[in-house]
Amino acid sequence: MADIPTSRPSAFHVLTGIFALPKGARLGAGPAIAALVLAIIVMASVCAPLYVPHDPLSMDAMSRLKPPSGEFWLGTDPFGRDIFSRVMTGGRVSLLIGVGAAVVSVAIGLAIGLVAGFFRTADGIIMRIMDSLMAIPAILLAIALVALNGPSLGSVIIAITIPEVPRVVRLVRSVVLTAREEPYVEAAIALGSSMPKILIQHLLPNTLAPLIVQGTYICASAILIEAILSFLGAGVSTEIPTWGNIMAEGRTYFQLKPGLIFWPGILLSLCILCINLLGDTARDLLDPRMKKREG
Amino acid sequence: MKFSTKDLSRAEQVFSITGLQVGLAGQPDAAPVLDRIDLQIRAGETHCLVGESGSGKSVTSLATMGLLPKDALEVTGGRIQLKEVEITAASPSRMRDLRAKRVAMIFQEPMTALNPVLRVGAQIEEVLNMHTDLSAAEAKARTLDIMEQVHLPDVPRIYQAFPHQLSGGQRQRIMIAMALVLEPDLLIADEPTTALDVTTQLQILKLIAEMQQRHGTAVLFITHDMGVVAEIADTVSVMQKGRIVETAPIRELLTDPQMDYTRKLLQAVPNLTPRPARPVNGADAVLDVDNLQMTYGGTGWFSRSEGVRAARDVTFDIAPGRTLGIVGESGSGKSTVARCIMRLIDPTGGRVCVAGSDIARLSRRQLQPHRKHFQIVFQDPYRSLNPRWTVARSLCEGPINFGQPKAQALEHAAELLELVDLPRDALWRYPHQFSGGQRQRIAIARAVAMKPDLLVADEAVSALDVSVQAQVLDLLDDVQKRFGIAMLFITHDLRVAAQICDDVLVMQKGQVVEHGPAGAVLADPQHSYTKSLIEAAPGRDWDFANFRAVSAPSAIQGATV
Amino acid sequence: MFGYILRRLLATIPVLLIVSVFVFLLLRLTPGDPAAILAGDAATPAQLERIRDSLGLNDPLHVQFLTWFGQMLQGDFGTSLISNTDVLDMVSDRLGPTVNIAVMTIIISVLLAVPMGVIAAWRHRSWIDFAVMSFSVLGFSVPVFVIGYILIQIFAIELRWVPVQGYKSPADGLGAFFSRAVLPSLTLATIYVALIARMTRASMLEVLGEDYIRTARAKGVRENVVLFRHALRNAAVPILTIIGTGFALLISGVVVTESVFNIPGIGRLTVDAILARDYPVIQAMILLTAGIYVMVNLLVDLSYSLFDPRIRY
Repeated sequence: MADIPTSRPSAFHVLTGIFALPKGARLGAGPAIAALVLAIIVMASVCAPLYVPHDPLSMDAMSRLKPPSGEFWLGTDPFGRDIFSRVMTGGRVSLLIGVGAAVVSVAIGLAIGLVAGFFRTADGIIMRIMDSLMAIPAILLAIALVALNGPSLGSVIIAITIPEVPRVVRLVRSVVLTAREEPYVEAAIALGSSMPKILIQHLLPNTLAPLIVQGTYICASAILIEAILSFLGAGVSTEIPTWGNIMAEGRTYFQLKPGLIFWPGILLSLCILCINLLGDTARDLLDPRMKKREG
Repeated sequence: MKFSTKDLSRAEQVFSITGLQVGLAGQPDAAPVLDRIDLQIRAGETHCLVGESGSGKSVTSLATMGLLPKDALEVTGGRIQLKEVEITAASPSRMRDLRAKRVAMIFQEPMTALNPVLRVGAQIEEVLNMHTDLSAAEAKARTLDIMEQVHLPDVPRIYQAFPHQLSGGQRQRIMIAMALVLEPDLLIADEPTTALDVTTQLQILKLIAEMQQRHGTAVLFITHDMGVVAEIADTVSVMQKGRIVETAPIRELLTDPQMDYTRKLLQAVPNLTPRPARPVNGADAVLDVDNLQMTYGGTGWFSRSEGVRAARDVTFDIAPGRTLGIVGESGSGKSTVARCIMRLIDPTGGRVCVAGSDIARLSRRQLQPHRKHFQIVFQDPYRSLNPRWTVARSLCEGPINFGQPKAQALEHAAELLELVDLPRDALWRYPHQFSGGQRQRIAIARAVAMKPDLLVADEAVSALDVSVQAQVLDLLDDVQKRFGIAMLFITHDLRVAAQICDDVLVMQKGQVVEHGPAGAVLADPQHSYTKSLIEAAPGRDWDFANFRAVSAPSAIQGATV
Repeated sequence: MFGYILRRLLATIPVLLIVSVFVFLLLRLTPGDPAAILAGDAATPAQLERIRDSLGLNDPLHVQFLTWFGQMLQGDFGTSLISNTDVLDMVSDRLGPTVNIAVMTIIISVLLAVPMGVIAAWRHRSWIDFAVMSFSVLGFSVPVFVIGYILIQIFAIELRWVPVQGYKSPADGLGAFFSRAVLPSLTLATIYVALIARMTRASMLEVLGEDYIRTARAKGVRENVVLFRHALRNAAVPILTIIGTGFALLISGVVVTESVFNIPGIGRLTVDAILARDYPVIQAMILLTAGIYVMVNLLVDLSYSLFDPRIRY
């Protein structure tokens, strides 16, 4: 009977198991549409350099603030740049920031949260620090960080990440605190499993699903905060087109050229909407109340 | 055994269910949840609906109240008739009017059935405000009156109290008062005493009977407990998988059941008369607990309380191959003792010697090598296995911790599964693919895989249906015989204790009040608390498995050690 | 109760202390010369020296902190590096517009969001539930300033019902105040309503599944009484909590909204200070907002006992 390894569930198996649909429950078309729209936006952004008609950076004083035409599909901005090319290209950096902030904050939050949830001595200090961080409004903290560290991509990601970390820590900690009361964890203690082993094998998997949900929400909120940072003048360098930067430049010309705010705004909102909807779907699937109906 | 001796031959029929069918909403092809149920109850009659979990008892009661969860269940056929009213055809507003006035219900969990943010007096009064034109003063007077009737102490104070300030028994009295304040024709009681301690249960059963007599109410009493049935029923219906398999007057049902299922159900009820104890084998004790103390709280820098003394001066020992039962009501400290012995919590005083070494004060690391000597089986089979792990992984966890090679651990796990009557291929399945009883078998296999000297079973069969309970008890017995394990069996159920224990220790408020051979303690209790526990055990004079009354207790005394 | 309030007030001290340390270190631990960061690339040595001097950057770190902290305890938040005026005066001058708009936002949000959430939960999975949830997801997905510009485009530019931007104090006439405050308040309220409605719905759904709701229905209690007397009070604690934690979102929203609508409140002050690297003002603003957040949440915690008798202090 040496076939243990082959019979172990794969990571994919574990995930599909976590999000398994209860019998009789229907998801409806919403999440599928959201996934499709999001996939299109992501693909369109990633592949933007391959198909956009103009260089998003090339300025042309002759064609400033042109109305939409066959050449400039959405018109041009005050520097004569093609709005369509800029908006499509702008998605790349915005999405990168969203995913980057989600991954970094989940990773950091998970590590700190596991420690806080499992070691009572560390818990008090860690949670006090997290409470303090949460007391500082995220946007204020983020603009302050960018203003001090300079408008690089990395500093924007860090600025968005730091305010999100306490939320992840709280989530992981509460999952761990609940799970460690479970009889199967007590049984593992009785079976002589060491604390690190219990932490990694029994408790960590419990945090996985809620973290995926939280990660999607962070991703959505990071894209949003990037836009707000740029809008307030504390985002990534204005030479890089992002949705936020395009909208920020549109501020002054808002009454002349509302499309500068609305087009990237619509794309960005649609993108965040889809991510949020997918997050909600994942959360609903995790909801124990829905699972209960299985029985 | 004294059964109910009411004469109902001339009583008016109050309630009837005819051919009632309930199915899953929106799934006409699915198997029905209730399949052509028939039921009649007369004024003043107590009709017990008895069956195991999932048999459809509660669905029947909710259908009667018109409270089926709309998006899950729907009535697909049949009639429910309350005197002249057809409930299945009543409009929602008519139904709302009928509730409390004509048909009322009390639920299982008194802890959650009352609104926590409203005063209990106001909650009773609400019924009057909804259904009558009484003035505020009259409504209050009537509320206080019904609260007196259900024998609540200090009524003016409790009237002002919030639910969390009352005990479980008091809350259930409030529920009864609320249900009966408008003198309905029918009272539905859905497992109203299941969540209560046995002594409180007895009081509530008496109260329901008293109120029924005073108001002439028909009672539909739903329970899984044959003891309660024997105690209160006039007539009984046995349910299985959404059908009523047998309906009979109480004496007929218990002495001469017609259907196989009924016989099986009755035979599974453990006898309150203790089984003969096994001979003492003279071996050294495996577990030796000496003066164990456990005080919760009270040690913090800022806390002013003295802490809760959950266990005081607990002393006992268990020899190999023998079983000691700790019995007591909730809050007696019996589980605390189990958890101290398992070192899931750290005792605040005393010694716990397992297999010769005192483990009470060892650090986590020092304790590790001793862990294999003592194992535990928990109450809730749905939470005691990691839902993400295969059975194989759960069974091998312990042996691998103690250095057994994986292949060998796996081979051993497969053997253990066969021992607990599960197929070998169960190794590769996940816990949710098993029933509660099967999961408990796996949990036992996991504990036994460590080849322990001591097995602690903390309410290990309390969450199981009675037929499954009997099988799991047999399994524990078998395992014990085979490996000569000493067993500490924690239970609130005297019947279970009588069937599995050689010795019994009775706890009350953290203290041991009586300790001795099971035969002596249960048949001839010395302490008043033990006496009251035994007297409160419902149906204690009836030997369900043999369809007859229990013989005089003295007859079995010879068998005790 | 009084003892509890005192203990909770004391418990806010470490939080605020950690915030101060954090704010203090934010500038000092940033790589590079703090004075150069604040002054920008074109600064002359004299300017740098002046900044070093005014922030005490030449002292050892702990001396800097203690000096700064001691001054702060005496109510001295320093002077602005840009305008040379007292920071506390700057802040108090700009507080009025922000407070007025924030209060209006909270009132609008709670009045709209709680009924929305209750009805959505009551009619779970109906079109009305769908509509409330859609609004709520949308509210989370559209940047505050885009909402602001959409409202301006519709109500100020197309319909010309209200002025595009600006602010008038209520002292200058209520009409003038409301016509200018209504769009910023609605803009701010969008995300707050989304948040509260969502939590109200979730909390109500949870409560509506409780045994005591079944008991109430078994008593023949009318549905509106079930919802508002039995359920809503039990659902209140999480709703209050989200109103409290959502306050951080509100503050963030204020910063953006005041820029969009050109309102001279503390949000604008903060953004301007950050962009000008006016560090004394930044420090004061972060501490102030953190302090407000902590106090609001303390009040929220204390209000729990009004709704739930099981919570007693």
